[in-house]
Amino acid sequence: MSTPKALQQPLTLKLASNAFLIFWLLLAVFPLFWILAMSFKSPVDAFSSSALDVVIGPETLSRGNGLSALDIIFGVVVLWVSARLAMRWLMPMAAGDGLIQRVFSWLVACLGFGLLFVAVFFFLLPWVLGPLNDIAGPLGRPVLGLTTEHYNAVWVENEFWRNFSNSLIVTAGVVTISLTVGTLAGYGLARSGSNLAFWILVIALVFRALPPTVLVAGYLPAFVNSAEILRPWLGENAPTLYGQPLAVIAVLASINQPFTIWMLRSFFQNIPTDLDEAARVDGCTHFQAFRWVIMPVMWPGVITTGLFSFLLAYNDFLVTSLLLDQSNQTMVPAIAGYFNRETTTTDQVEAVAAAVSITAPLFLLVMVFQRQIVSGLTAGAVKG
Amino acid sequence: MKFRTFAMFVGPSIFLMVLFIAAPLVSVFLQSFQITQPVVEMQEVETCTAGFLTQTCTTETKTVPKLDEFGNIVTTTEWVGLLSYQRVLQLDAVGAAISSGNWGDILNIDFWKALRFTLTFTLITLPFVIGMGLAIAMVVNNATKSMKGPVIFVSLLPFIITPVIGALSIRWLFYGDGIVTVWLEALFDTNLSVAANGWAVEFLMMFYRVWHVAPFAFVIFYAGLQTVNQDTLESAIIDGASRFDRLRYVIVPHLMPLIVFITLIHLMDAYRAFEEVVGFSSQAQRITLQWLTYDLLQPDDAGNRAISRASASAMLTMIGIVIILMPPLRRTWRDHKGG
Repeated sequence: MSTPKALQQPLTLKLASNAFLIFWLLLAVFPLFWILAMSFKSPVDAFSSSALDVVIGPETLSRGNGLSALDIIFGVVVLWVSARLAMRWLMPMAAGDGLIQRVFSWLVACLGFGLLFVAVFFFLLPWVLGPLNDIAGPLGRPVLGLTTEHYNAVWVENEFWRNFSNSLIVTAGVVTISLTVGTLAGYGLARSGSNLAFWILVIALVFRALPPTVLVAGYLPAFVNSAEILRPWLGENAPTLYGQPLAVIAVLASINQPFTIWMLRSFFQNIPTDLDEAARVDGCTHFQAFRWVIMPVMWPGVITTGLFSFLLAYNDFLVTSLLLDQSNQTMVPAIAGYFNRETTTTDQVEAVAAAVSITAPLFLLVMVFQRQIVSGLTAGAVKG
Repeated sequence: MKFRTFAMFVGPSIFLMVLFIAAPLVSVFLQSFQITQPVVEMQEVETCTAGFLTQTCTTETKTVPKLDEFGNIVTTTEWVGLLSYQRVLQLDAVGAAISSGNWGDILNIDFWKALRFTLTFTLITLPFVIGMGLAIAMVVNNATKSMKGPVIFVSLLPFIITPVIGALSIRWLFYGDGIVTVWLEALFDTNLSVAANGWAVEFLMMFYRVWHVAPFAFVIFYAGLQTVNQDTLESAIIDGASRFDRLRYVIVPHLMPLIVFITLIHLMDAYRAFEEVVGFSSQAQRITLQWLTYDLLQPDDAGNRAISRASASAMLTMIGIVIILMPPLRRTWRDHKGG
């Protein structure tokens, strides 16, 4: 398609437009790139006043932690190939019939891929490159300082993996509950034109605007004293809900509900009612029509909404920091502990490494699910 | 759909929302008029220290929390009316500040300080978010097709990143001898201390928010730009509209519903700002309304949480939410009655 002459842009405009685009991309990526670079350097380099030192890392290099040109080339090739393979193969690998089987097989495929990647990247590659560097001459000499000591300190010594597994439990729980409950409600609301449905949606919109602290102020006294409050019903087994991951899952899933049902409702509305009616004519009940006719075509909507539930639970600071105690804290509040006590520069770089560790899964998420995220963002908006 | 089926579908969701959103809301409302305190008793305590010839003894009355038979502290709950609100708002201090003419003193009170910052923060970031979002959307729309995928990927990163981490990543560029501070110092040949300057921190918090939300606005505007009617654009050209006129009279009106949508979402979210205070550790200089409630909910040195004051400040925060939501709710109601 050729653009009409009148719509063609003068050269200056094109240049300005591309210059602004590059400016924005640099702005978007620079802070993230910078913490990534800092997290791999020794503290002297990470807080050096010369930008080049932070990227190259001479001090780190002089301590014997570095990569040669050969290492970099091979590393980049392996990363690129695995990213391509992941994008091409992982999505179609969701085989099997039914939602559970597909999610399960997909998770297994992802896990297998992850393990394979770790084996190749962290074990096979150094094993091959060690001898290669020795014979490669100038190409094999270390040029880029890089150390993983801070990651080691964060994950192994400071037991960040505990926080990671807590995050995993909380997010998995929130996504499961809010999707199960939300899909049912979203379908019901999309297919019912009643006044009641309208009012439920309006009230949900009001709930969507509530600041979470308002709600947490309501939970805290009840959760702290829940053992006494629930004793008449549950007897001696009444749990103290404060500090329980399960309680936090329920809270986050509920706070998430207004958003979830609005989004799923707009996806369900895109599915023609003729489908339900055909199924009903063939003798399905509403539930059967929902389960066997609508759900199979609702896949993209459910995945997208699931992504946003995941983000909400994974990124949450406020609710988890107030309702969980030290022993089962999730990752994001745990990092506050790092930068509050950052006294030495080593502590600071460890905080940076922890921050990068939290960001890495999100980075992968955008890479795999970019299309779904964009469609989710526009789902609610374009209809107004 | 019959009511019974509808109820079966919607029931679980309604149950969750009533139990974990509506009920806490009511309880917060009630708590804001109550104060729960430990019951204290006055006890006369005689403390004696060894002295020469005789012991030196002092008797003093101490307040000691009363314990029940299990050793738990007994608490009472009293209705105190608007006392908690008064403690949050500190109207007498406000009155004193006004009558003495020192208007600035009002901003030393936590609530008014938070309100001032939250409002400026919300209102100043709004035009920048919309402007940046629109600019990025038009520029990406202009870019070559093969570039669009990677560009959208990179643009989504600031939006998807954990808010606290995003704020931290910008903080590390500026605080102390952060790299950008070093560059600025070299450029202007001065000595900068960003973390110590309240206004600099305030600017960084706003900058972070625009950086974080602009991608969201961009994605939505970008989707909207795909549906601009090309015929209208062409007729505008035939009528002699310049490039800017086309933007002003064709594209922006087409995007108007989206601008309203983003404005609404941004007002709701920026009014609830919280992560900025954590990420930039700005609690000494700038706080937001939601952070104020959060701080009151945190246990203090003695392990007590100021639940009633937190509830009062939460209810006061809600007033702002109601004001923000009023126009869209009225519009929805009109549409519902009309349609």
